[in-house]
Amino acid sequence: MPKLIVDGREVEVPAGATVMQACEMAGREIPRFCYHERLSIAGNCRMCLVEIEKSPKPVASCAMPAADGMVVHTMSEKTRRAREGVMEFLLINHPLDCPICDQGGECDLQDQALAYGRGTSRFEENKRAVAEKYMGPLIKTVMTRCIHCTRCVRFAEEVAGVEEIGALFRGENMQITSYLERAVASEISGNVIDLCPVGALTAKPYAFEARPWELRRTDGIDVMDAVGSNIVVGHRSGAVMRISPRLNDDVNEEWLADRSRFAADGLRERRLDRPWVRVAGRLQPASWAEAFAAIARAVAGVGKDRIAALAGPLAAVEEMVALKDLMTGLGSGRLECRLDGSAVAAPRAHYLFNTTLAGLETADLILLVGTNPRFDAPLVNTRIRKAVRGGRARLFNIGPAADLTVPVTELGDDLGLLADLPAALAGALGAAARPAMLVGSRNATAPVLEAAHAVADRFGLVRDGWNGFNILHDAASRVGALDIGFVHGGHLAGLFADPPAVLFLLGVDDLDLAPLAPAFRIYLGTHGDAGARAADVILPAAAYTEKPGTWVNMEGRVQRALRAVFPPGDAREDWTILRALADVLGIRLPYDTLDELRRRIASEWPHLGRDGLEPAEWAPFQGEGAGPPAGPARRPATSHYLVNPICRASPTMHACVREIEEGAGPALLEAAE
Amino acid sequence: MPSAGGFSGFRWTEANALRAAEIIGRYPPGRQQSAIMPLLWLAQYQMLEQTGSAWLPLPVIEYVADQLQMPRMRALEVATFYTMYNLKPVGRFHVQVCGTTPCMLRGAEDIMAACRAFGLKTGEVTHNGLFTLSEVECLGACVNAPMVQVNDDFYEDLTPETMTAILEAFARGETPRPGPQVGRQFSAPLGGPTTLRELA
Repeated sequence: MPKLIVDGREVEVPAGATVMQACEMAGREIPRFCYHERLSIAGNCRMCLVEIEKSPKPVASCAMPAADGMVVHTMSEKTRRAREGVMEFLLINHPLDCPICDQGGECDLQDQALAYGRGTSRFEENKRAVAEKYMGPLIKTVMTRCIHCTRCVRFAEEVAGVEEIGALFRGENMQITSYLERAVASEISGNVIDLCPVGALTAKPYAFEARPWELRRTDGIDVMDAVGSNIVVGHRSGAVMRISPRLNDDVNEEWLADRSRFAADGLRERRLDRPWVRVAGRLQPASWAEAFAAIARAVAGVGKDRIAALAGPLAAVEEMVALKDLMTGLGSGRLECRLDGSAVAAPRAHYLFNTTLAGLETADLILLVGTNPRFDAPLVNTRIRKAVRGGRARLFNIGPAADLTVPVTELGDDLGLLADLPAALAGALGAAARPAMLVGSRNATAPVLEAAHAVADRFGLVRDGWNGFNILHDAASRVGALDIGFVHGGHLAGLFADPPAVLFLLGVDDLDLAPLAPAFRIYLGTHGDAGARAADVILPAAAYTEKPGTWVNMEGRVQRALRAVFPPGDAREDWTILRALADVLGIRLPYDTLDELRRRIASEWPHLGRDGLEPAEWAPFQGEGAGPPAGPARRPATSHYLVNPICRASPTMHACVREIEEGAGPALLEAAE
Repeated sequence: MPSAGGFSGFRWTEANALRAAEIIGRYPPGRQQSAIMPLLWLAQYQMLEQTGSAWLPLPVIEYVADQLQMPRMRALEVATFYTMYNLKPVGRFHVQVCGTTPCMLRGAEDIMAACRAFGLKTGEVTHNGLFTLSEVECLGACVNAPMVQVNDDFYEDLTPETMTAILEAFARGETPRPGPQVGRQFSAPLGGPTTLRELA
């Protein structure tokens, strides 16, 4: 372990650390533009120059390995002048348009020019200008501002795995662009907006919407997939302006999928802001009292087992517990959350992503069964990329052939292969030290699960210090719902076989309910989508940014979000609606505040009272005799940009479908642009 | 931005396909994209043979990138970085006048003027499709300044008159003798040897 002296302080750093890391360990801030912890080192911005004794010139600290006995000066006159020189060159071709730049206020160049630059400019010549580049519906470009740090290029190549961004030409003519100015076809492309240290790449939907210092920031949890990405909701005057990632190395690192970042404009569209009741076949606006009365009339006289409740993909644990308590009060146990038709069930370890997201990086074999992680959970795919790119992991896929941005051995779209493993896969599984199997929840039917259990047992996927059995969920609510037992023995099929007379729908929009048409449908949700259109009573509820809630991600990690803004109009937090409705139905739910509800949850499910990940107790699989799986894997019903009502209400997500998936060119610019 | 320029349907000729395979074979398997520069160069020669213009339309760059199984963006970066790859059509004879200091001091500007007087324009193809004029940086023949490079050959020790004569010869379909145009051998002293006059 090399020891070196930084500004007179001795620090010991791990072998292989850079001088920049050593300086940071010594508590010194080193300015930088091109260097980023999660990308390869480029060393091209030169902002991190420091003085190292016995070196004739200042050294780029980001690319210099720390060596024993180095004496580094980060505050010396030589270092200061080197930084001023670099900054002066960077500013030569950078426009002074901070007042109209969306990066203003959170711009690395602005901050570092203030801290490390000269106070004035000596440059009197013409600046270069670069034409704007089209990069798709999410990324707005102002390429004159670009300082060529190449972070976006490295991100596209290394993390996103989509080598479509590059630097053309050279020297003063160098330009960052997407290939032939096509839309960047990545599901996590929005991260280049965060990475860009200047205002060259900014968010197109957020252009000129708000200034960073006007925004209030509230910590939240993303619900667009089951990863449970940690987010910061930026809001102003009661409206969500933007969503950005929050650092959590165990979950989303510092990335965010595009739909998680950009579907936020769907929170303003098509919102349900008052109750509705269907009268003579038509939905009519109603008061809360009228809506509750209509429900009470429908429930009265209906047999206990003729009432059922379904929990949709976005629900938080609180409202699902309240709905479960309400159903218990009504005497019905017909609850179901597995709307994708999966048969996953307790014990807990049998429906979790046991390897954990971070643990997946260390796998040496990954078998995908009926899932496309790139679209079901984009940030799981970045973990798979890390495992494969290190040259360690081999990737196998049973299911529709997919471009996962890494080499994958396609075994064929036949789930029967799971019961009758191809020799190549069986050999690799037998030899692997850390094999992981990812079963898509969409395809986790009883036969598939049984075959998967057999594979797990045969090859010892669960072994000392390693658990390679994973269910890859695609709904944010699912694991929480399974944890609280929002299921019944008959699965979804049982519900359809014996149609209920009254159906509570907690944000259920993506399930074809036509077979249940005679049932009286009570829809509790946020958007005027499929579920609301078919409902008999609509109760307007709060979206994920509008309520304090608990979500459990696919690993089983319990995470809490805070309320950023209030729901629109008469809409209320979901659990309070159910609490009030219970009163009307003559059932007393024993909690009046969120704290009391959370105490009630923690008393029955202690792990839901504690934040973070607790490993689930492993239990051996039980055979059920479901028979062998067969046939092609189920595919998602919609584009991954349109997976839930919030996405479908979002103009940006529709632009993504048009411009990225269908390849239509850029929408016409408005005259003012 | 590189364009297709209406060109499509590029394939290696039989000879060049063998040559390309030989070039790719110089690199270890999995590292075949190291061959991008020689292959683009080879493709540019083939374009000269087949179309009379040594340039790289976009479909050619993509053809080479696909053959090397590398992202097209990476190939385009290489093609746009190096000035020896022409991204626009050039004339059959690409006249590259060196304008760096030694040549300039020895009259490069007069050479440039002679080219212009002959009808050449910087970066443009003459009407007969024969010539394109470029000003380039040092080509390493300073001792014979001023000089130009026409396709693969150096023409050195030029005067406006010899430059015009060279262009006229090309226009007639001849190939003037490359090298110094003042009668000396390579970069030997003007007017004959000053040392080692006799063979030992």
